[in-house]
Amino acid sequence: MNILIDLFLTFAKIGMFTFGGGYAMIPVIENNCVERKQWITHDEMMNVTVIAESTPGPIAINFATFTGYKKAGFMGALVATVGIVLPSFVVIYLISMLLDNFLELTIIVNAFKGIKIAVGLLILDAAIAMLKKMHKKKLPRAIMICSCIAMLCINIFALDFSPISLMILAAVVSLTIFVINDAPEQKGSANR
Amino acid sequence: MIYLDLFLGFLKVGCFAFGGAYGAIPLIRDVIMSYAWLSDETLTYMIAVSESTPGSIMVNLATYVGSNQAGFWGAVVATVAVVLPSFFIILLVTAFLKSALKNKYVQAVLSGLKPCVIGFVLATGVYLIVQNCLSGSNGMNIDIISLVITLALAIIMIVYKHISKKKLPPIMLIILSAIVGMTVYAV
Repeated sequence: MNILIDLFLTFAKIGMFTFGGGYAMIPVIENNCVERKQWITHDEMMNVTVIAESTPGPIAINFATFTGYKKAGFMGALVATVGIVLPSFVVIYLISMLLDNFLELTIIVNAFKGIKIAVGLLILDAAIAMLKKMHKKKLPRAIMICSCIAMLCINIFALDFSPISLMILAAVVSLTIFVINDAPEQKGSANR
Repeated sequence: MIYLDLFLGFLKVGCFAFGGAYGAIPLIRDVIMSYAWLSDETLTYMIAVSESTPGSIMVNLATYVGSNQAGFWGAVVATVAVVLPSFFIILLVTAFLKSALKNKYVQAVLSGLKPCVIGFVLATGVYLIVQNCLSGSNGMNIDIISLVITLALAIIMIVYKHISKKKLPPIMLIILSAIVGMTVYAV
């Protein structure tokens, strides 16, 4: 099949069937792009997750643009991005036009209550899969635990604190420790 | 002009919304309120719809507000605006990614960022699950039905994985959960 059509259809499918936004899309993208199509590797997937987190905008768009560009250049990026946006565009447009009180239908509300539970489980499952593949060293573990606790506090107490500040902190800590270990000869004189 | 307002407003969201939709909600709220596009109540309602419909939450909100304010073309303009910044940023990053990623300092930064992001995903998952299982106005009572559904779905996921040696496809879990929700909560 033509790669552009394949990219479009695959990302349209991802866009159609992932509920719950960016993090919930990660397992679906991994399933389609890494395992089935083998368009990108697991490592590239993790790198894009990090880049997606450190650049603005919706995470899913970042994945679509990256994968499309890698497989078929600019047109690939364009086609994949349009593909992932189109289904939800159509769905939301119809909702806003036809069903102004969409969430007042009891059966829809109940279905969504169930879906919300599934979304939570899917995100936790994605996190566990990433944890298993994480480096088993002290520093990554410490950073992971700290960022998890900080994020939980931000959510629970509805703090007005951007996750990006935590990421900058993690990057600075990691880089500092790397520089100290990388240049032991300068340790005594130059640092601190 | 409404199209220009929509474009600029959602371009701002696309440019400054770091950390995915959950981190972006305060910014989206700020932009929508400053243009008085939606009331606070409608916005909360729309966030729920965006979370429960397929696709990216930020894109869904843009499409809804655009359509709500200026019909079909409003929806198109707002959606393009929210997508545009990350599209070009990723193109730029990807074009330089291969050489940049080999740099040892970039590697050091990424090896700090990766576990940090994993921590975020873990926290988001745990928070959502706990939130779903709590009810009441103060959010302090345990919702037994939701707790049972959560455990049942988790068991189905684990058992499926052990039997078939494959992950239960996320789409199947969502369809299953919708059916369970429609039947159980209706009683």
